[in-house]
Amino acid sequence: MTAKVITIASGKGGVGKTTSVANIAVALATRGQKVTCIDGDIGLRNLDVVLGLENRIVYDLVDVIEGRCRLRQAMIRDKRLSDLYLIPAAQTRDKTAVSPSDMVRLCDELRPEVDWIIIDSPAGIERGFKNAIAAADRVLVMTNPEVSAVRDADRVIGLLEAEGKGPAALIINRLNPAMVRRGDMLSVEDVLDLLAIDLIGIVPEDENVVVASNKGMPLALDGKNKAGQAFQNIARRLMGEKVPFLDLETQNVFQRLLWRK
Amino acid sequence: MDETTSLIQIKGIRDGLLVTLAGAEWPDLVKAFIENMDSRSAFFQGGRVTLDVGLQELRVAELSALRDQLSERGVSLWAVLSESPLTERTAQNLGLATRLSKPARIEVRAEPEQLPEDMAKWVKGPLRSGGRIEFKGNVVVMGDVNSGAEIVAGGSIIVWGRLRGVVHAGAQGDENAVVCALELAPTQLRIAGEIAVSPKKQGKSQPEVARLQDGNLTAEPWHM
Repeated sequence: MTAKVITIASGKGGVGKTTSVANIAVALATRGQKVTCIDGDIGLRNLDVVLGLENRIVYDLVDVIEGRCRLRQAMIRDKRLSDLYLIPAAQTRDKTAVSPSDMVRLCDELRPEVDWIIIDSPAGIERGFKNAIAAADRVLVMTNPEVSAVRDADRVIGLLEAEGKGPAALIINRLNPAMVRRGDMLSVEDVLDLLAIDLIGIVPEDENVVVASNKGMPLALDGKNKAGQAFQNIARRLMGEKVPFLDLETQNVFQRLLWRK
Repeated sequence: MDETTSLIQIKGIRDGLLVTLAGAEWPDLVKAFIENMDSRSAFFQGGRVTLDVGLQELRVAELSALRDQLSERGVSLWAVLSESPLTERTAQNLGLATRLSKPARIEVRAEPEQLPEDMAKWVKGPLRSGGRIEFKGNVVVMGDVNSGAEIVAGGSIIVWGRLRGVVHAGAQGDENAVVCALELAPTQLRIAGEIAVSPKKQGKSQPEVARLQDGNLTAEPWHM
């Protein structure tokens, strides 16, 4: 096996990176893929909570890098999916405890063991972000349909192009179709028009995402939920399948024409 | 080339001198470097040095010893580049930088002092948030200029796309400079000393040109 390293980044905080990493990793693992997630947010770790693995952490990323444990010892195996692992971030250190070259070495060591390495980038464009993208084969940029989040995504895409990490693919999270219809929210087209990169997923706004995160039970485990399906679709697209985007509009074509000016 | 210089390479960079020490044991490298420095002390005097030590694993004692030897010679060591995490940590512990600041992505250095009037900088878009173009002549962007991006031109600015960022034409005071875009919706538009923000627009947009007329910034449909 030679893993593909995928980093999820956004620039702006709170757009749903950690939740998405958890869900995409779960979705890949339910499809028989061997997945390791790495929490890149050293000092502000969250991915363990969203995956429901917080009480099982013994060693973390910084322990591996500083040689206090072997890589294997820091990989926490998920209770539900035996092919899903987490390497948690250290909570008592900060971003400077890791360098981009550390991340490259760690991922290279991990590559033969798994199919996918999914890295959760911290918000911002500083050291933590540089660490998170250093080893990435592909970066997924995440945004919400909000002007501020889109601008930050734009900045991140620019930085990725400058680092030779392009082309990035875009995930639009928390889309509210009703608000888009009323003209109160940027539409998928508006966002794509601005960012001019390929789309890999649209995730609808859903209260259940919050509930699931709090419980440590990622939604993608449940195939019926729309947001969960959206994450499953992203996983399938990563695996090279052609999957049409979910129809989040419940209206028919005629109605759609009426709404267009 | 004698043996000493083959161990060390010295290069001038934006942040001072980049000294590469590789291909030998650390004590030999240090010795060679110090000898080199003493042989050309005037060259090094007062300089800022970045060391590239490759895979060398250095501990605090080794690095601080070199730093002290450098400072005795009036040279300040401010950054250490290394592929070894141990060395990087050592450098961080000593308060040294471990990365060079890269120049901004699309930073354009205005080169010649005397630009022909028709000289233009050609930029392939989109110019994204955080991107900045500075040029003494005219600037032509093929693609969108997103909000958060900035263009400062001595001459005119033409955007073959949507202009949503901040633009400053005639930055050196040329009041005849113009700004044209297929969709003119800049966050802020400046020509020479005048500043304007885009009015809220209704309906379909069209290509427009903004210019200074009697001290006022005006935009009108772009007829060529």
